[in-house]
Amino acid sequence: MSSVTTTKRPDRARTPRPAPRRRPRGPDLGAWFLVLPALLPILVLSVGPLLYGIALAFTDAQSGRTQATRWVGTLNFQDLLHDTLFWESFRIGAVWAVGVTVPQFLLALGLALLLDQNLRFRWLARALAIVPWAMPEVVVGIMWRLVYNPDAGILNETLRSLGLGEGHDWLSGLATALPAVIVVGVWAGMPQTTVALLAGLQNTPRELHEAAALDGAGAWRRFRAVTWPALRPVALAITALNLIWNFNSFALVYVLTNGGPGGRTRLPMLFAYEEAFRYGQFGYAAAMGCVMVAAVSVLIALSLVRRLKGDQDR
Amino acid sequence: MSALRTSGPARAGQYLALLAYLAFLALPFLWLVSTAFKPAPELASLHPTWIPKDPTLDNFRQAFDEQPLLRAAANSLLAAVSAALIAVLVATPLAYVTARHRGRLAGAATGWVVISQAFPFVLVIVPLFLVLKNLHLINSVAGLVLVYVVWSLPFALWMLMGYVRAVPAELEEAAAVDGAGRIRTLVSVTAPLLVPGVVATALFAFVTAWNEFFFALVLLKTPEKQTLPVVLTHFLGAEGVADLGPLAAAAFLATLPSLVVFGLLQRRITGGMLAGAVKS
Repeated sequence: MSSVTTTKRPDRARTPRPAPRRRPRGPDLGAWFLVLPALLPILVLSVGPLLYGIALAFTDAQSGRTQATRWVGTLNFQDLLHDTLFWESFRIGAVWAVGVTVPQFLLALGLALLLDQNLRFRWLARALAIVPWAMPEVVVGIMWRLVYNPDAGILNETLRSLGLGEGHDWLSGLATALPAVIVVGVWAGMPQTTVALLAGLQNTPRELHEAAALDGAGAWRRFRAVTWPALRPVALAITALNLIWNFNSFALVYVLTNGGPGGRTRLPMLFAYEEAFRYGQFGYAAAMGCVMVAAVSVLIALSLVRRLKGDQDR
Repeated sequence: MSALRTSGPARAGQYLALLAYLAFLALPFLWLVSTAFKPAPELASLHPTWIPKDPTLDNFRQAFDEQPLLRAAANSLLAAVSAALIAVLVATPLAYVTARHRGRLAGAATGWVVISQAFPFVLVIVPLFLVLKNLHLINSVAGLVLVYVVWSLPFALWMLMGYVRAVPAELEEAAAVDGAGRIRTLVSVTAPLLVPGVVATALFAFVTAWNEFFFALVLLKTPEKQTLPVVLTHFLGAEGVADLGPLAAAAFLATLPSLVVFGLLQRRITGGMLAGAVKS
């Protein structure tokens, strides 16, 4: 634990300086002047709405209603507790988030390790590997709809030409829809993860690698003993972020299936969006948002606890 | 390095794996391009091919006829450029102060960066919608720009703080010793060194805003105001096979600006744009 606190608070703040410094310690008036232009929009459009949103969850706010909005206490949450559709959507969201994040991490780790090697055409691979990152999510969704198209899609055509059956209507099939959108999620999020892991790999000590190789350690042992310990903090951070991002994802599935067929791919975000902007139930949708934030916070807390434990083990 | 030389078969395996990765990442995009240039009869054919036999630009013409793509692109451009400019304009001073003064403010700033990543948009979007409605900024690009600025601030701040830290504080101190005032130091010593980082951050914010869909969907109601991603979804629905061509053509065009910008940023992105963030 002590190591954690010392890294957070640099020593130089405590040690007395030999000579008086020109630069002030904390932000002075001039500094505040520099900070204000960013602080104002943040407070008005980010912190403010967040608090407002939490407050809304305890009201019966609806869109286009003439009566005044009233406080209803925890009524929205009580309703939510019995809303089986929401919990089903929540379950789908969890399956989606884990189903995307885990393969995303494993595939990205493989790609990052490859790109860290001294391979030919590495520059080309690095350039191509970030293309999905550059594409608008809506275009990614449209693109995969073209790939999955039952008649004109390349996936079914490839299956047919390989003699693997007549293919499926992937995005409309009750059984195939969720796996099909998960594949798209993995594809779309791989570049960010790869880039983060690649940056982490570049921090691993190369000399240690060579020393381990000289001692006769195989590739797997070198990975376990040298690469992974250096990469672990980055891997944990990006995985936690990916879980959050994926759980909150919206555009991809909106374009691919719009939650269908029969709600099989209705992620919590799609559910809350419909509740708020199709049915106008602002208060109820805000309560859903609160539950989602709570779930995500628990996730972050768990990952932090794991990380602290890992630090102690070392 | 000799100890790390990879054996022949292992190297071949690595190239094969790399090839598989590139196929997975690139083929869907190639299919989009291929579909965009295919004439209608070929799209309806039972056995679609990778390379159009008779490439055509008809799909592009039809796409522009069916949907107001030019106006949508203009809206997107206006929103993305303004958002990127304003974002770096307000984020650079904040990044400078937080990077130089380690203290409560820096802690609060990084804390906010982390927390904002965990925001479910859903909890923010309803109140944001109500706030903007009260300000009469619903269904206006100006309102969208405001949202994009706030939304891209955390990452812009993150990137810029890394760039500020890369400028040695000793340089500023030297300028101060030479008698330069605080503003003079900032303008003639720090700012020039920050320009590349600020440009990269602005480009990144541009792509983020250009690609954004959710806020635009909620906040822009009339077709005249809508941005490109929202207009693209109007092609969807009960599309017949013949409509796939224009859909692909429009989607391909909407991607080009982002691809160009990412091409410009490519070296920064894979060369460790995140490295600074990772180390700190």
